[in-house]
Amino acid sequence: MSLTLASSIESVDRVERAASDFAERAGFDEDTVPNIAMAVREAAVNAVIHGNAYSPDKQITATFETNSDSLVVRITDQGAGLDPGAVPDPLAPENILRGSGRGIFLIKAFMDEVHFRQLHPGTELTLIKHRVPAQPPA
Amino acid sequence: MSMKVATRQVDGVTILDLSGRITLGEGSVTLRDAVHDVLAKGSKKILLNLENISYIDSSGIGELVSGFTSVRNAGGELKLLNLTKKVHDLLQITKLYTVFDIWDNEASGISSFK
Repeated sequence: MSLTLASSIESVDRVERAASDFAERAGFDEDTVPNIAMAVREAAVNAVIHGNAYSPDKQITATFETNSDSLVVRITDQGAGLDPGAVPDPLAPENILRGSGRGIFLIKAFMDEVHFRQLHPGTELTLIKHRVPAQPPA
Repeated sequence: MSMKVATRQVDGVTILDLSGRITLGEGSVTLRDAVHDVLAKGSKKILLNLENISYIDSSGIGELVSGFTSVRNAGGELKLLNLTKKVHDLLQITKLYTVFDIWDNEASGISSFK
């Protein structure tokens, strides 16, 4: 499934709902689905605000895939590019009371893998959540 | 669902009963305006009741922090009441749980300002 959307808050909400529906259909449990949806939402927020800077001339895309091992979500923007290494650590004492800067931290907290790729222009974030194999009965 | 705010006074403490989502955009702005309105009216003891907050994102967390620092800079205190499990967990992983004064009983939260 793929969505191409305007750089708006409404698009962020739509991507979040799509992520929640997709993760639920993919069989993730009720505790994990909201976490996936939140991570995807934060990635979409980054794309809209920090990537495309709300530009009406730029769009974001969200693609959703599953395979036997994982759920894979890719969020792309058409902005100037993001250096993930330049994002301050929100847990550092000097940053703990900042009013922003926790989005990428939350994405990493809720997903198993997060990859950044520069598109020139733009950034692609790939978010991966692994399926937890069913445990055999004790 | 957008965020809604109901304000009440109990024993000199302003309680903001929040409901809905605190997210980027309307929810965060509503919270910011509500806290600033309370400060503008001279109240510096603020208890945010989060019992009916169904969802909060990083912008909402940031707005809680900004509210906390705004009130503190004005010489007051902003405390949190009745966290849902989701909000509790988010404050834990962002290491903000120990920054806020958090209560799960309204009467105790009100008394803590005295």
